[in-house]
Amino acid sequence: MSQMNIIQAVNSALDIVLEKDPNVCIFGEDVGYFGGVFRCTDGLQSKHGKHRVFDTPLSEGGILSTAIGMGINGLRPVAEIQFSDYIFPAFDQITNELAKLRYRSGGEYWAPVTVRTPSGGGIRGGHYHSQSPEAYFTHTPGLKVVMPSNPYDTKGLLITAIEDDDPVIFFEPKRLYNGPFDGDHKKAALKWDTHPKGEVPEEYYSIPLGQASIERAGSKVTVLTYGTMVHVAREAVISSGIDAEIIDLRSLVPLDIDTIIESVKKTGRCVIVHEAPRTGGFGGELSAQIQESCFYHLEAPIVRVTGWDTPFPHSLEWYYFPSQQRVIEAMKKVMEI
Amino acid sequence: MSNKKTLYVPDAPFRPEDKPDFTSLKLPKAGESEKPDVLVDPSEIRDLAFGLVRVLDDKHKAVGSWDPKLKLSVLKEGLRHMTLLRIFDDRMQTMQRQGKLSFYMKSLGEEAVAIAQGMALRPDDILFPSYRQPGLQFVRGRNLVDMICHCITNSKDNVKGRQMPVHYSWKEGNLVSISSPVGTQFPQAVGCAMASAYKGEDNVSISWLGDGTAAEGDFHYAINFASIYKAPVILNVVNNQWAISTHKNFSSGGATFAARGIAYDLPSIRVDGNDFLALYSVTSWAAERARKGEGATLIEVFTYRGEAHSTSDDPTRYRPKDEWKAWPLGDPIDRLKKHLIGLGKWSNTDQRKLEKELDKLVIKSYKEAEKHGTLSEGPWASEETLFEDVYKKPLRHLRKQRQELGI
Repeated sequence: MSQMNIIQAVNSALDIVLEKDPNVCIFGEDVGYFGGVFRCTDGLQSKHGKHRVFDTPLSEGGILSTAIGMGINGLRPVAEIQFSDYIFPAFDQITNELAKLRYRSGGEYWAPVTVRTPSGGGIRGGHYHSQSPEAYFTHTPGLKVVMPSNPYDTKGLLITAIEDDDPVIFFEPKRLYNGPFDGDHKKAALKWDTHPKGEVPEEYYSIPLGQASIERAGSKVTVLTYGTMVHVAREAVISSGIDAEIIDLRSLVPLDIDTIIESVKKTGRCVIVHEAPRTGGFGGELSAQIQESCFYHLEAPIVRVTGWDTPFPHSLEWYYFPSQQRVIEAMKKVMEI
Repeated sequence: MSNKKTLYVPDAPFRPEDKPDFTSLKLPKAGESEKPDVLVDPSEIRDLAFGLVRVLDDKHKAVGSWDPKLKLSVLKEGLRHMTLLRIFDDRMQTMQRQGKLSFYMKSLGEEAVAIAQGMALRPDDILFPSYRQPGLQFVRGRNLVDMICHCITNSKDNVKGRQMPVHYSWKEGNLVSISSPVGTQFPQAVGCAMASAYKGEDNVSISWLGDGTAAEGDFHYAINFASIYKAPVILNVVNNQWAISTHKNFSSGGATFAARGIAYDLPSIRVDGNDFLALYSVTSWAAERARKGEGATLIEVFTYRGEAHSTSDDPTRYRPKDEWKAWPLGDPIDRLKKHLIGLGKWSNTDQRKLEKELDKLVIKSYKEAEKHGTLSEGPWASEETLFEDVYKKPLRHLRKQRQELGI
């Protein structure tokens, strides 16, 4: 075991899969010589070779399309999109090509591509360095969609994603790269060395996709969340003293609906928390599935705490970013009924 | 007409009311351009992007240094495949009009593209065609019945009825599944070629898109990545003048499509797309260059789309009815046939005999295919296949949805 932040956990996962499988190659903007703007691929090119970890032009559509071609021809590409806000030039290649290739070819062709991309806000990044576009991809059959919330899960889930023969969009909450963040931007930044999930094995391990993690057991209300919001929710629960059960979904597709249903049936109340805008967000899907399966167990309407239906702002970031206070109010609201 | 200055919007040279006249097209003579060494520096052959490689002259003789000097058996095989493609297309279009296919797209006038280029490659070269190169499958020996089963979307359609007709996939023949969004295959072929290079293999990848699609970002992604990573790939712009009703004047403000490759430092060659020998030769040159590690070639295949875009449009609404007949580069099948006749190795009687034989073969294959079902009556791929192949193994929510449908 050693202490790792999420950047180091990503790096360790990539290092291991590069070592293990000669068909794994990693590429994207600034990922090769420089080692990535967030340093996730630091040292990998010099260790594994220029043809295995390389720089690309500034061309998200080019990165994804060539990744698909490589995948068709036996490689296992890991493509980095530097910020998930920049994934849209590759949207056609991801949603129409990568996602549908196996289906449309009757199972003859597929491309085991993993797309790693930093997402989410809290870094003063304005609307083009803060978005959470996961719902565009959960809406597309053929893709798996993952978002970890800590170093331990990041490494295990990333290894699984790369080894998976289906395409995986792997969102890395960039506000969590260096330490857990509970939403209080006035507090001094924490490091992962104070967090139990900052303990990460050096060696290979994997975590299956589609298994949620119970971040905190509780009996009064279920809080469903993922990514940075796991930490915001946790602090909200601790500071309010509410006996909430927090479920870190970890993977949105496949979704661990069993764990969700079991918890909501137990608590009878549910709050859904995500950074992405509300309308059409993944929270709507969660809410629908819960009422389909747990309607008679629900004591109160489900409440969503999300980003507003505005672009992600710059100066007013903390009015947009779902706060502990909003999570607490939501929990109280569903518990008052 | 007002003299008011406003936005310039181009037009097609001829519309239905016009008499098509291509005399202003600058067409170099056959044999005029010199075939360079395959290892040539692209900067030395920029003129090839503005010229037109032609081997068959006006008297159907093969002339000049691009003459691939093919064996008689290869020429006859090419003629056979092209003739089969035209007959196959005619039959499928007829069956589409009878409601047996939901849709069809013909290759009329462009038969040489898939056939000559396909024949110039090795079987392990990987094909990323658009929807208008079905002839590649004839070259690689695909069973006609299988192709028809796909087109009539029956139980033996290898893509399980998931795609519209002519969206073939054929793994055994290294033909990658065709998609409708145009141009996406172009940079994928580059990635595929990069993987061959990565693995130290000497097969090449090849892709085709049209003049209209050359306006998509994917075109730029492809030639840029191909240039940067010296990918062993052959990238073809089939300039057949028309993208549905959109004339190539809406895809290019001028110059040639091949000329775009110059800016990317790729060898860029414009070739007479109705000249079997020229196409074969240019493609062999590009393949050899790629195998030697010198990277990609951009080819503009200069041709004319003889038919509608698909069975869903009526070209007389947007272009002169006889425009194809006025096309100065003729009919690729007719030209190769006359070349063979000129060699004293073929006759019009032989051609008619061949056409009869192939027509019978297509009809027989069609009947055979219908034994596996029809679009209207089935059987189709079994119901449970609706939920298969979305992922390698069905995810739980899909299994539940399948139960919901009751299958």
